Amino acid sequence: MHPAPSIIAFTTLSGLGLGLLAFLGFGVVVPRGLLAFLWFGLGYGLTLAGLAASALHLGHPERALRAFTQWSTSWLSREAVLSAAALLVMAPYAVGLVFWGHALPGVGVVAAVLCLLTVLATAMIYAQLRTVPRWNHWTTPLVFLTAALTGGALLSTQTLLAQMLLPWLAVAFALHWMLGDRQFARRGSTLGTATGLGALGSTRLLEPPHTGSNYLLKEMVYVVARRHALKLRAIALVLACILPALLLWTLPGWPALTLAVISHILGLLTARWLFFAEAEHTVGLYYGQR
Amino acid sequence: MTALPPPSAVKLGLVIDLDTCVGCHACVVSCKGWNTENYGAPLSDTDAYGADPSGTFLNRVHSYEVTPDLGAPVTVHFPKSCLHCEDAPCVPVCPTGASYKRAEDGIVLVNEDACIGCGLCAWACPYGARELDAMAGVMKKCTLCVDRIYNDNLPEEDREPACVRTCPAGARHFGDLGDPDSDVSQLVLARGGMDLMPELGTRPVNKYLPPRPRDTLQEPPANLAALCEPTPQALTGFLGWVDRTLSRF
Repeated sequence: MHPAPSIIAFTTLSGLGLGLLAFLGFGVVVPRGLLAFLWFGLGYGLTLAGLAASALHLGHPERALRAFTQWSTSWLSREAVLSAAALLVMAPYAVGLVFWGHALPGVGVVAAVLCLLTVLATAMIYAQLRTVPRWNHWTTPLVFLTAALTGGALLSTQTLLAQMLLPWLAVAFALHWMLGDRQFARRGSTLGTATGLGALGSTRLLEPPHTGSNYLLKEMVYVVARRHALKLRAIALVLACILPALLLWTLPGWPALTLAVISHILGLLTARWLFFAEAEHTVGLYYGQR
Repeated sequence: MTALPPPSAVKLGLVIDLDTCVGCHACVVSCKGWNTENYGAPLSDTDAYGADPSGTFLNRVHSYEVTPDLGAPVTVHFPKSCLHCEDAPCVPVCPTGASYKRAEDGIVLVNEDACIGCGLCAWACPYGARELDAMAGVMKKCTLCVDRIYNDNLPEEDREPACVRTCPAGARHFGDLGDPDSDVSQLVLARGGMDLMPELGTRPVNKYLPPRPRDTLQEPPANLAALCEPTPQALTGFLGWVDRTLSRF
């Protein structure tokens, strides 16, 4: 799949923002006044920046409001509804802390749950697609939720929680990559089943439909980076999990936390880029590619 | 709502004969022509006369080579468009309700005025039947020429999809696959019509007829020339008289 920068920015930034808002909502840390303003501002800023980035890849962003209507069937619509609900419910809790130093009981927890459900809905947009076997697996929501929680722990300066979550994120990445590598073969789709000609003999593409490229090839048959996949996985794992964990264990206080957050975000962007670039769509079979 | 309707009694669709298709791409051209001039946004081309031409097509013809375990390889031309699946995965993923399957005849359509161009339906389609138009920013797909098949302003013989109407080889058939007695259903039954990627559970309405088995020669004939017409050995009639007469000199 084509790793569009807008989608990578959307999933990474909104995941981090919603993770941070979830930690604030659950009351793991209860800031007041200016500190609350800055912290909630960071959470809202990241989430809204992510959502704005997602609107950038639409053909008709001016019709985006229509995406709130089909929540009963569409995970993308659910994601829109849940993200709006999470940000709206979180608002009175944040305002209470910023201006009155008072935490409204219960509201933060409800908003935090909505934040995590939004991340789950984002993951399900990808995990629901049977056409992309690598995504169509329980490790997809696992990676998205673990990443949001880890990012939230780092951004809310919960060093101990972050140290506990970082190894789990590494495990989630490893499971997603290793199990994902087997998924296409397990699904059983080949050029033989795609054309129905498999029963007659071995099949290969003789001529593509056109000499030029097309939307399908650009969007769903992205093969550029797969040969570097192993190296990129190592880079993502080191930057997103191992280096932040080492920094938090060895260095004290704010410098360690700042460096850990920067490293974690760079690693997350690499992993999310791979998430798209590595994913193979069944339509590639018709073009003699995976 | 973009929930799929209950299965319709009428299931309009295509039956494509892979034995007969000659790979001339006439269906591709007629489809592009009709659907650029009629229903919805035109099918745009970008850099059409430049170094990297690209365009939106609702129907594309691939060519494959099948090598059986015994015998010579066979070339199979393979037209591919929307299969109007019964369990169309492209419909429920749509966040706006623009993508829908008609309850009355099973045709899968896009309401272009409600499409935000997110592209998720194209991702959900295993077959690559949907393409986001680069100029219009909305999703395009085969409409089964819904603006032809019910169009009373057209002569009756034109009330079928443009690709079917134009096919010079008679490789494309249009009809109701929900009616077991229809011509297309009978054709599917007789020729062993098949689904594409049945393992993905989409239950396509369109069917493909596999190439017929090729003739196999048991052993080559002793005298190949004797099979040709006319043969110099036993010419009759005027040619025989000429042959015999000239042979005397």
